[in-house]
Amino acid sequence: MIDIDKLSVVFGEGEDRVLAVDQFSLRVEAGESFGLVGESGSGKSTVLRAVAGLVDTWTGDMGVDGAKLGRKRSRDFYAKVQMVFQDPFGSLHPKHTIDRILSETLIVHGLDNREARVRAVLEQVQLGPSFRFRYPHQLSGGQRQRIAIARALVLNPRIILLDEPTSALDVSIQAEILNLLDDIRTQLGVTYLLVSHDLGVVAHMCNRFAVMRQGRLVEVAESGHLGTGVLSHAYSRQLLLASKGYDRALVDTFSDL
Amino acid sequence: MTETSILDVQNLNVRFDTPKGEFHAVKDVSFTMGREKLAIVGESGSGKTQTGRAILGLTQGRITADRMTFHNSNLLGLSPKAWREIRGRRIAMVMQDPKYSLNPVMTIGDQLIEAGQRHVGTVSPRQRGLEMLEAVKIRDPLRVFRAWPHELSGGMGQRAMIAMMLMAEPELLIADEPTSALDVTVRLQVLAILDDLVKTRNMGLIFISHDLNLVRTFADRVLIMYGGRVVEELPARDLYSATHPYTRGLLACAPEVDNPKKRLAILARDPAWADAPPARQPAGGRP
Amino acid sequence: MISASFRNWLLSDVPDSRFQARMGRFYLGWLTFARNPLAMLGLFILILLIVMAIFAPWIAPHNPLWGDLPDRLLPPSGKFLLGTDDQGRDIFSRIVFGARTTLYIIGLVAVTAAPIGLLIGTTAGYLGGWVETALMRLTDAFLAYPKLILALAFAAALGAGLENAVLAIAITSWPPYARIARAETLTVRNSDYVAAARMTGAGPLRILFGHIMPMCIPSLIVRVSLDMAGIILIAAGLGFLGLGVAPPQPEWGSMVSEGRSQILEQWWVCTYPGIAICIVSLGFNLIGDGLRDVLDPRGK
Repeated sequence: MIDIDKLSVVFGEGEDRVLAVDQFSLRVEAGESFGLVGESGSGKSTVLRAVAGLVDTWTGDMGVDGAKLGRKRSRDFYAKVQMVFQDPFGSLHPKHTIDRILSETLIVHGLDNREARVRAVLEQVQLGPSFRFRYPHQLSGGQRQRIAIARALVLNPRIILLDEPTSALDVSIQAEILNLLDDIRTQLGVTYLLVSHDLGVVAHMCNRFAVMRQGRLVEVAESGHLGTGVLSHAYSRQLLLASKGYDRALVDTFSDL
Repeated sequence: MTETSILDVQNLNVRFDTPKGEFHAVKDVSFTMGREKLAIVGESGSGKTQTGRAILGLTQGRITADRMTFHNSNLLGLSPKAWREIRGRRIAMVMQDPKYSLNPVMTIGDQLIEAGQRHVGTVSPRQRGLEMLEAVKIRDPLRVFRAWPHELSGGMGQRAMIAMMLMAEPELLIADEPTSALDVTVRLQVLAILDDLVKTRNMGLIFISHDLNLVRTFADRVLIMYGGRVVEELPARDLYSATHPYTRGLLACAPEVDNPKKRLAILARDPAWADAPPARQPAGGRP
Repeated sequence: MISASFRNWLLSDVPDSRFQARMGRFYLGWLTFARNPLAMLGLFILILLIVMAIFAPWIAPHNPLWGDLPDRLLPPSGKFLLGTDDQGRDIFSRIVFGARTTLYIIGLVAVTAAPIGLLIGTTAGYLGGWVETALMRLTDAFLAYPKLILALAFAAALGAGLENAVLAIAITSWPPYARIARAETLTVRNSDYVAAARMTGAGPLRILFGHIMPMCIPSLIVRVSLDMAGIILIAAGLGFLGLGVAPPQPEWGSMVSEGRSQILEQWWVCTYPGIAICIVSLGFNLIGDGLRDVLDPRGK
């Protein structure tokens, strides 16, 4: 469904030149939920943004659903691929009502019957029609993220890119959003590419995941293995142990830093 | 850990006046602590941050309490001058994001020296600054001493911040989500530094966090807050046998790496939790 | 003033229509504005100015254009409230009719200069590259000269007259708006909600007009209302130098100018129009401050 071959992304020029993603290759199958894990600066979000067409300075090959991706993305691409952003406070336009946020996509794509579609998609994320004419600032963080998910669903996409969709939320709200995302995938059969720094979230949501570090792919593993800690790479193992909680003795074994 | 308590808070309340009426942010919070790692856990809006700030008199709200003493000196109704004697010198605070709490137009060294200004000692402030950077396990103290805040990574910045707080050798450190902006491995390294400081300097630590898993493995004792109230207090190692439905709900809804769940539990909130008196573990359960 | 049910409808957290949502937002802004007594004073001055302009023929006791020569240079009295000028015209009547000119000038400048600045600034900020360089250097070129001098040059080149004065002021007023709009655009451009708008497949025009401009407008409105005072003064300056309104049309600036030869003996001729300029400028400044509290989220 998603094919990434030798993707490199460069930011800045001259002295400020940063190689954010370095020769990254990945294949995500249709209907799969695939995770990208790494610490800050690992390039995981950049990979996602490159697929989404939000980053211009990339080289390599990318394909979605068999079609090669160019630098400019067509409207049809966005009917197929949608994204949910990390910060629900920043990804909804503060001066647009929920109704406008959700129907904008439909207007751009010249679709009719907008009101019914907006109502249906609000239903899908378990928010009632009473939310239609509110502004984002009148909503809680969890509700906003539901709206962001609704916006991604409005065109019935095949792929949803999830960029740390719950890291700005409380744990109890995170559980609700993760369950919602699970339900949507079961119902609609969409493919997820999920970026997270939280191994727990990735292990819960994804069947396979890739560990990234400093722009490079470290390894691809199956989430089933996580419980037993069978990871081939030292760095991935360190990440796994660290995510289990604090252990004074463990900290002394950390390499690098 | 000693048996003597250094901080004693009884029925602390913090109230805010808002256009919509009074907002009761902290309700009847009571606890005592010694030289230990006490964690205050809760979700956003639980009042955990306001509790921490009230101890230093840093809240905008109105503080009332039956008793709030630090080493038998009263913390209620202090004058600004009396607060300055305590803040930073005897009780220090580390905030969440070093990006916003370090002064961007001063080098780390200057900030360290300024933080230790009022400390009277035998070594020069510069020497002490370098020592403190070493104490927080910074490999190249001289480089960091000369560096500007923007030249440091998040983990380094937070270590520098902690070093700054240590300059005055406080007896109590309040850390408000000190590691939530950091990567997992760096997070644990910073926690290890705090852990060692509590042990070697005989310091008390109030660790404010939303992360139950981290708190369970790091702290000695945990207060769980909901809606401004402490709903449960128990030793960190007993967290899995918590009795309050809120604590249990929080534990159940977090995904865990080594304990895959088909579906995450949803926390059903009971508004009564914010009104009910705090549940306490039997006296034997406390350290 | 406002019925309880209407108030509840406005402040509802669950509006039923786009219209209700918009009105509710507007009402909340009004509540903030109304809490500021100085801003309310500014609004009062503006309303007074508008009322004066609309009902000028009924308010003014005398003909503003023609006076009787025997009545020239009379001090303020019961008959001539603020005295008369050297042609025997009632100064109060001329100030009342002058409100029309003033309102006309600032209104026209606001609806031309601000949109031009907004368009240039947001386009430069969003597109970047050579478009930005070209547009912003043009802006800098205009900013390099003092506003009054530049307006003077344009007015002199275009010839005297109200329309030309407005045009000259508008041409010199947009560059600061372009700079503000560009700065605002640069902060908005990389936000997630603009990325999300790109993810809908929307083109640059739609993003510019639908997503970026709404974020720039508030600070622009604040800036324009703060600039109003300056615009009134420039218009007055042009009038004073004879490049504004053609006589005998009343205009506050030219009234001050006409009275300057009698400033010591017949002080009222130029003092009262001067005070009118002061009050209206002050009014706009107060409104601008009030609007900043309502519209500019960073001020809070």
